Amino acid sequence: MYDITSIYQARSVDDAISALKSDPEALVIAGGTDVLIKIREGKDAGCRLVSIHELREELEGVALAPNGDVEIGPLTTFRGCTFSDVIRATVPVLGEAADMAGGPQLRAAGTLGGNLCNGITSADTASTQMAFGAILRVRGPEGEREISINDWYRGVGKVALAHDELLVKIVIPKSHYEGWSGHYIKYAMRSAMDIATLGVSCLVKLSADKTVVEDLRLAFGVAGPVPFRCLETEKAMTGLPIGEAVKQIGASALKEIHPRDSWRASKAFRIQLARELSGRALAEAARKGGAQI
Amino acid sequence: MEAAHQDVSDRRLLTDRIRYYGDDVAAVVAEDEVSAQRALKAIRVEYEEYEPLLTPEAAMAPGARAVHDECPDNILRHMDLRTPMPPESGFQSVEDVLACDSYFQFEGRYATQMVQHCHIEPAVSYAYMEGGRIVVVSSTQIPHIVRRVCGQALGIPWGDIRVIKPYIGGGFGNKQEVLYEPLNAFLTRAVGGRCVKLELTREEVFENTRSRHAISFDVKAAVDKDGTIMARWCRAVSTQGSYASHGNAIVANAITAFRQLYPDRLGHHSEAYTVYTNLPAPGAMRGYGIPQANFAVECMMDDMALKFGLDPYRFRLQNLMPLGYVDPFNGITCHSTGLRECMEKGRAFIHWDELREKYENQTGPVRRGVGMAVFSYKTGVWPISLETASARMVLNQDGSVQLQLGATEIGQGGDTVFTQMAAESIGFPSARVHIVSFQDTDTAPFDTGAYASRQTYVTGMAIKQTGEAFKRKLLDYASELLERPAEELDVRDGEIVDAGTGALVLTLHDLAQEAFYSFRHSVHIAAETTHQCRDNTFAFGCCFAEVEVDVPLGKVKVLRIVNVHDSGRLINPQLAEAQVHGGMSMGLGYALSEEMKFDGKGRLLNGNLLDYKLPTAMDHPELTALFVETEDPSAPFGNKALGEPPAIPVAPAVRNALLHATGVAVNTLPLSPQKLVEAFARAGLLS
Amino acid sequence: MSMEILSCTVNGRPVEVGIDPRESLADTLRERLGLTSVKKGCEVGECGACTVLVDGEAIDSCIYLSVWAQGKKILTVEGLQDESGELSPIQKAFVEEAAIQCGFCTPGIIMSAVEIVGSGKQYTREELRKLISGHLCRCTGYQNILNAVERAVNEAHKFVGK
Repeated sequence: MYDITSIYQARSVDDAISALKSDPEALVIAGGTDVLIKIREGKDAGCRLVSIHELREELEGVALAPNGDVEIGPLTTFRGCTFSDVIRATVPVLGEAADMAGGPQLRAAGTLGGNLCNGITSADTASTQMAFGAILRVRGPEGEREISINDWYRGVGKVALAHDELLVKIVIPKSHYEGWSGHYIKYAMRSAMDIATLGVSCLVKLSADKTVVEDLRLAFGVAGPVPFRCLETEKAMTGLPIGEAVKQIGASALKEIHPRDSWRASKAFRIQLARELSGRALAEAARKGGAQI
Repeated sequence: MEAAHQDVSDRRLLTDRIRYYGDDVAAVVAEDEVSAQRALKAIRVEYEEYEPLLTPEAAMAPGARAVHDECPDNILRHMDLRTPMPPESGFQSVEDVLACDSYFQFEGRYATQMVQHCHIEPAVSYAYMEGGRIVVVSSTQIPHIVRRVCGQALGIPWGDIRVIKPYIGGGFGNKQEVLYEPLNAFLTRAVGGRCVKLELTREEVFENTRSRHAISFDVKAAVDKDGTIMARWCRAVSTQGSYASHGNAIVANAITAFRQLYPDRLGHHSEAYTVYTNLPAPGAMRGYGIPQANFAVECMMDDMALKFGLDPYRFRLQNLMPLGYVDPFNGITCHSTGLRECMEKGRAFIHWDELREKYENQTGPVRRGVGMAVFSYKTGVWPISLETASARMVLNQDGSVQLQLGATEIGQGGDTVFTQMAAESIGFPSARVHIVSFQDTDTAPFDTGAYASRQTYVTGMAIKQTGEAFKRKLLDYASELLERPAEELDVRDGEIVDAGTGALVLTLHDLAQEAFYSFRHSVHIAAETTHQCRDNTFAFGCCFAEVEVDVPLGKVKVLRIVNVHDSGRLINPQLAEAQVHGGMSMGLGYALSEEMKFDGKGRLLNGNLLDYKLPTAMDHPELTALFVETEDPSAPFGNKALGEPPAIPVAPAVRNALLHATGVAVNTLPLSPQKLVEAFARAGLLS
Repeated sequence: MSMEILSCTVNGRPVEVGIDPRESLADTLRERLGLTSVKKGCEVGECGACTVLVDGEAIDSCIYLSVWAQGKKILTVEGLQDESGELSPIQKAFVEEAAIQCGFCTPGIIMSAVEIVGSGKQYTREELRKLISGHLCRCTGYQNILNAVERAVNEAHKFVGK
């Protein structure tokens, strides 16, 4: 039994927003896989909850908009993301990343929205969404606004979401994924049920003959306090033959990452992983895009 | 029991002196868990802080504060054992041999980490009062011992305690310790006999129950140029936590097994220290010191082979414990051994000769290797401690038998094999033997419980002799009914038959009906005997593993692995195989990922199943279990230890395969990626 | 907190049960409905021992609030036996393959197996490892569990050539 003071089960998104507005301390609970654990740990014990768990009609599911944008409801579970035909056809790497979170039961409960709203650096889908430059649509009492994922993270566990706002849509514009292939590597101590020691997501756009990096996205998790992109490396790799880019990308990325020492892994070890995995992620992304390497 | 092997009484139900981060200072009884949690938070404690002693070195340093005032130097016990030197050798001591130029000389240091059992059911017990007595229901391996310790802790007659052990969710040695049963027994009295339950959270299981000791081994060896081990010295230091738990017994067992596997030609000198520290207290865990010792001895064998240019397989073969070996201290005798055959099977399975050659001198980021390790393991605790077990068999009205034991099923398949044993010794089909699976100390015969891989050996003998006594009673009654001498009769397949022809003469059903309801002579046929076991025997086995090492990422992937066991005759081959799988799995976690980590205050950092890296299904290779069956003459059914042994040889085999793949000797467990990357960097393997 | 009524279907039967809204589904199933096959090994969704099916999907019931189960269909191991008490083919496969040791992780894994078998697909060994990777087992090394799940899949769909 959880130490909870009250649970308000919202009937709609707007109902949830007004519940949040009227209770400045209430916490939003969606899939529950993070919030309940924090309550049990005591960090959020005694809290008041606004549950959006049952707002599936409004907030769950993946759809392809008429303009080709991928629209993901934030209550879409990791599992729902992985097995979505739209995801598979447009941004398969996001489905693959979602398939690496926790284990099957957790993936049936944890949500993509939660993975972004909890603001943690190890979130398995965050670096890939970062690489895709996802647009996050949020709704508050005053209506909706859009935030680029580049402006989303405000520090460890902090995101650009007001207390009475809810994430209502994750949009990956067509121009952000069309012509790109990608690969996500989660490095962890176990092959399942683990958090990433380091996560790297690499997207590449190849030249017509599949030999040159025409454009590149490289995003990391656990290489800093929040997920982030290596903008300099992306620029530096552009125009290089793939083989050369694979060789250079690791060393280049090291200049932009700032992992820390923790009891889980040393900074030096994370640096070694970033150096090694950047190239491996790029090579695999390029292979998926049709490169012969 | 000898005084030296008595438990150390150094712990109370609750303490006002904190010896480790998480020590038990207060207990709250509440209606529900949320109320209990809130009440615990409301308790204010003022602590006077001292520098924690987190390593044996710190605890043994001059001036270190005593963890227990009764033990001022923090050394719970120091043992120093020397085997007698053969007079004709010309050497006075092991040290002389270790200084002799005509032998290869080796020195090394190996160390293992603290790990936990991780039975998936947390430790749980509850207590209530009934008729003035305290009933304790516990997830335990040792109900009769729980009864004693509760009685001792509360200072009440042991008979006023009744312990019930239902089915439990694994133990692996952690539930071989009395945990919070006495506290619950105490608290139920404090609340007027109402039921008090303490179900530990997973985090509490990690912090407040037992674990496997970290033990370091400094070793030296002298090896003759022909590969014969002449003498070895070993100094084992065991990191006891803040309470004694099993005291010195575990590291004593470790140095003993270290010595026994390869009897030194001239002599052996070993020392053991058990040192109090301010860490959670380790205790018994599957293998009781031998996984640690085996890591040291089997890494050392490969390192010596490499250093002296010997073949690691033949080097082992040449020095193995022979049949008839008698331990110079405890007299335990090698009554049977199939170890050489185990090694042959393992070698063939892994393609040892071919792969040892193929994987020499690799370059590149991904490399492969094969490694091996062998072990010996005794069966039960005699003559270090008492071995005693009882069995009771009661005839049912339908001619089936009720089997009652104090020995416990904890997932290892005990009840199934006890049933088979009873059936075989009476002459019944297994389906007609009904075992009572729950132990209730009010009714279960005495047995010390599930530990030391002892039950099939010790309890097995009690079952065998009780079965024979039971059978004699059946035949005596049959003789009376049939007016024929009992010697002419036998029990086969559950019926009374003519011993000569095998022809059915009386069904057990008819015999039982008569026995229960006869106007002439009603008798309730039952038998109960006690077996005090005064023998012991060695089980053996080996592990062979093939690994692939991703050097830049520090990842070891086990591609193929096999354990081959000589556990005597197998009572139930399918369950035996399953038991080996589980042990191999535990060995893989020990080798690669599991470790309890502490911060500078001695606070456990990873006491949960997310941060403690218990391997998942995706982290396992296919597991192969093979056997070499021997017929052990000292055992009730030719059988020897199997419960613990499978966990023993895996870590050194994997480590030796890593050595083969990379040439890098990693001498501490686990072989975790960061540690490997650091070692590879030092060895110049990372460009 | 004041009690609420949870109406849902448990093991094929409609249930109305008073709950404390702070309860996890594991709490409700164990303590109020007596379905003790639902085990608690960690209470944070790491071990999988509390796995049940909610509307056909395997979830960790320890991190699922009972209030969310309103109107849903829940299946536990107690719901697998047929009316005569006969074990389900999946349960039998676990027995036949000696896939059970202490048995504590078993009910949860069997519920995942129900979903796996119910998918009607055949899986490679590696895929099966991934599908049961949300369950920790300390007794078996997963070897016989995988054998049992594989057998149950093959038997249910008459896949041959295991």
